[in-house]
Amino acid sequence: MTDTPVTDMSFEQAMSELEKVLGQLERGDVALDESIALYERGAALKKRCEEKLKEAEEKVAAITLDGDGTATGTKPVEGL
Amino acid sequence: MDLLDDPAPGQNTPEFTVSEISGAVKRTLEGEFGRIRVRGEVSRVVKARSGHMYYDIKDDRNQLACTTWKGQVARLNVIPEEGLEVVVTGRITAYGAQSKYNMNVDEVAVAGKGALMALLEKRKKTLEAEGLFDPARKKPLPYLPEIIGVVTSPSGAVIRDILHRLRDRFPRKVLIWPVAVQGEKCAPEVARAIAGFNAMTPGGALPRPDLLIVARGGGSVEDLWGFNEETVARAAAASEIPLISAVGHETDTTLIDYVSDRRAPTPTAAAELAVPVRHELIAWVEQQDARMRQALSQGLTRRDQRLRDMARALPRPDTLLDTPRQLVDTRGARLAPALIAGVQRRKVRLADVSGSLRPSTLQRAWASEDKRFQTISSRLDPALARALQVKKNSFAAQAPRFRPEALHRDLDRKKETFRAFVQRLSEAGHRQTAALRDKIEAAERLRLTLGYEATLQRGFAVVRSDGVLVTGSEAARKAARLEIQFADGRVTVGGKAPGRKGSAKPPQQGSLF
Repeated sequence: MTDTPVTDMSFEQAMSELEKVLGQLERGDVALDESIALYERGAALKKRCEEKLKEAEEKVAAITLDGDGTATGTKPVEGL
Repeated sequence: MDLLDDPAPGQNTPEFTVSEISGAVKRTLEGEFGRIRVRGEVSRVVKARSGHMYYDIKDDRNQLACTTWKGQVARLNVIPEEGLEVVVTGRITAYGAQSKYNMNVDEVAVAGKGALMALLEKRKKTLEAEGLFDPARKKPLPYLPEIIGVVTSPSGAVIRDILHRLRDRFPRKVLIWPVAVQGEKCAPEVARAIAGFNAMTPGGALPRPDLLIVARGGGSVEDLWGFNEETVARAAAASEIPLISAVGHETDTTLIDYVSDRRAPTPTAAAELAVPVRHELIAWVEQQDARMRQALSQGLTRRDQRLRDMARALPRPDTLLDTPRQLVDTRGARLAPALIAGVQRRKVRLADVSGSLRPSTLQRAWASEDKRFQTISSRLDPALARALQVKKNSFAAQAPRFRPEALHRDLDRKKETFRAFVQRLSEAGHRQTAALRDKIEAAERLRLTLGYEATLQRGFAVVRSDGVLVTGSEAARKAARLEIQFADGRVTVGGKAPGRKGSAKPPQQGSLF
């Protein structure tokens, strides 16, 4: 298990941790107390995955450039 | 007659100024050829500071000077490059100031795919030799990027396709860096865009993307040529942000595709590589949740079932004790008879043993032993006497062999030897004594010869005064008394005064010599 707090994990990290937790639970070779702790961790990881999946917001912007071709800022792009 | 410079026959040729003829040549050239296409190999390319380009197009015998003005260069699809086989389009014109003609080119096409591909191969070899195509250099793409930077034309189907596919799969934040995707500006702008995205800071005012897509729709080799430029390929190779290239159709492979971290065959495919499908992930998460619950409840069910099974297998406490209890009963019942039987057995054995234990038995044993003693003691005396006799006989047999004669003989022999030794010792002693005596006599004789007494025999005398030897006349004169020794005795002279005695003495002394 990684030491990264669940709430700081990227979707990919949370996903791979969730798979590990599930693997351990399904093997069924952990003590009862530990399996409950695993379940709780799994629930937190699942929550983190759902959070990241909810952040599915489309926002399209185009870089604005000055005369030398250097980026100066962004402007929203509509209608694409 | 000759006052007038009459024109000679044939001398009515029109006369031009230089500028007139230059202009005429220029018009003729431009009018005669119009807009033409010329094929040849580019050489001696010079790009002037003004932005104009000067180069030659040549074949195996001749060369044609070409110019492309700054404004025209911007519109070229292919920038003339040393050694490149091209077809140039433009007009023949003349430059009167230098009496030269040349061609003004406003369109350049590569003379054939073969030529262009040869150029591309050359670049590929260079970059490959530098290790820029090494698979180890390729970075993994993020599983779910937060911000995607797209380098492409802001208008057109490509960006639309990408955004559309992203929306379908997983809507994300997208930053578009607008660039020209063909023509001379294409390569520098694309290279600049890639570097520009890399220069952004994560979470800054312009947030840095965590994935880049460089995209362009399909087109001719010439159209896509900007993505074959070394500057673009090097910018893509230097990108720290993972980069997907999607240039042209699947069959078009450009230089940037070799250095990008992933190559997508189309812009749509690039969007698919960029993000996973959101609803699939949601389903996956749900599925994981279900599996987790199931795994937990299965774990509990399994434990519960096991507990029940084991509980069933546990026997009742009563039945556990049945066997030992029965054992106690049967053993208890056997205890008393066993004790009685044991005592009985021992009693019988005691009776057996004590039955034969009576005084008569002891007396019988005693009598038997006593008789044996009598027999043995009666045999003692004769045995001793017999043994003594044997020893005596043995001594008598040995005794005659001990006789003293041998000892006496030995003693006589040794006495004789001793006597001989004494004899030899005594003789040796006499011999030694006689020799010593001879030596002493010889020495005495020598002493007498050397001593003064013998001298006295020959008429010399010794003078003494008061026992002290007088050896000179002076001492004789001074002496009160002189004693003179001769061979046969001593005579005393004087008793007078020392002076006189001394005067009387010298003649006597002198007579001695």
